[in-house]
Amino acid sequence: MIYLDNAATTFKKPVNVIEAINHALTSYGNSGRGAHKASLDSGRMIYETREKISSFFGSSDPSKVIFTSNATEGLNIVLFGLFKSGDHVISTVTEHNSVLRPLYKMEKERGLSLDFVGIDECGRLKYNEFEEYIRPNTRAIVVNHISNVSGEIADIEYISKIAGANNLYLIVDASQSAGSIDIDMEKMGIDILCFTGHKALFGPGGTGGIVLNKDIIIDTFKVGGSGVQSFNKEQPGEYPTRLEAGTLNIMGIAGLGAGIDFINEVGIKNIHKKEMYLLKRLYEGTVDIEGIRYYMDCDELKKPSENIWHGSILSMNIEGIHSGDFADCLGQDYDIATRAGAHCAPLIHEAFKTKETGMVRFSFSYFNTEEEIDTAIKAIKEIVK
Amino acid sequence: MREKSWKYIVTFHTTTAAMAFEKLCEAKAVPGRLIPVPKEISSGCGLAWCVDFESANLIDDLIREENPSYNSADKVWH
Repeated sequence: MIYLDNAATTFKKPVNVIEAINHALTSYGNSGRGAHKASLDSGRMIYETREKISSFFGSSDPSKVIFTSNATEGLNIVLFGLFKSGDHVISTVTEHNSVLRPLYKMEKERGLSLDFVGIDECGRLKYNEFEEYIRPNTRAIVVNHISNVSGEIADIEYISKIAGANNLYLIVDASQSAGSIDIDMEKMGIDILCFTGHKALFGPGGTGGIVLNKDIIIDTFKVGGSGVQSFNKEQPGEYPTRLEAGTLNIMGIAGLGAGIDFINEVGIKNIHKKEMYLLKRLYEGTVDIEGIRYYMDCDELKKPSENIWHGSILSMNIEGIHSGDFADCLGQDYDIATRAGAHCAPLIHEAFKTKETGMVRFSFSYFNTEEEIDTAIKAIKEIVK
Repeated sequence: MREKSWKYIVTFHTTTAAMAFEKLCEAKAVPGRLIPVPKEISSGCGLAWCVDFESANLIDDLIREENPSYNSADKVWH
């Protein structure tokens, strides 16, 4: 199989990730639930992984790294735990349903009011709209760092200046960007980052987290076992325990930490450069196909690979072919895995006017090869014949 | 059972803080180890840092200089 659906999950994981999970399965007890070696070793690994994550994202406090089962859970915890009745929130049309559905639910149940910044024909945010939407009761800007549909990278530093000047929280969905491009929360002015572990960070499914870069009180969403303060009737208020009731995903966290080790070893810039090379190769190999349309600023792809500033995603449509049929042909006839449809991001499809057709998304990983891209190009050309 | 003696016991609000304290002690070559919180301090569960009381000054210096997250530091017959 040629796997080009890495924006859904990275299929091939580094060997050290597999080894770390295996080691965890055979060595670790339950962190914080005892003082014996197996428990302490588990706690040490989890703490070291918090440190790795904190450092990787340019944050300063490992205790403000909260493990979740994925980005969706992290975003739900943050959004439901932060906003109250009457609050106004600015977000964007590039958001995934992991942001949209919590916001819509609070709009219905708590009277939250919402505005969504639009995009232009290339998928770039209309940055002027952020300031235009600010009201006295605006609490936060919630923004997708890299669109899982277009691959466009949001200018977080620009948005953070607006958020900072207006005393708004900046909450970033890093589902596609974590592990793909550098993130420095301090430098970029990000208050809260929600990430998933199983995509570009190369961890296993069921991993993810929230990173807080300042003292922010988020309401608890679940309470229970904490390994500390057992006779306290309430969940301990200190992070990360405040938001981490119950046994953590110890094996998953071990794999996530190893994934970050792999990225640090190879270098995130080297990973991104290779992915941009593959993206550009697919673009250049298909651009002459009649009726093909991409959903990004294709001028970006005229640059050398190391200078291309884009997520590892190339979404396309070919006139007259439904995206579902296109992806099905690729899968069934050529054993090439892609993702068709709406990608859980309804507003961006409305903006691109692709609600009916969807798109076929090709998404790349460090482990993809030139040969795989060339095979995909050949397959696409045969399908459109 | 082990014979009791005077110990210096540091407690924490979270397991994460205990792990951070252990790592700090290792880095600064401060003696001690993590143990279950002694009953003389709390009937709850959790981890505590334990050293012979003779080393209490090293812990106090560490806390003053590095400002780690902790709950209490007490002399305990344990």
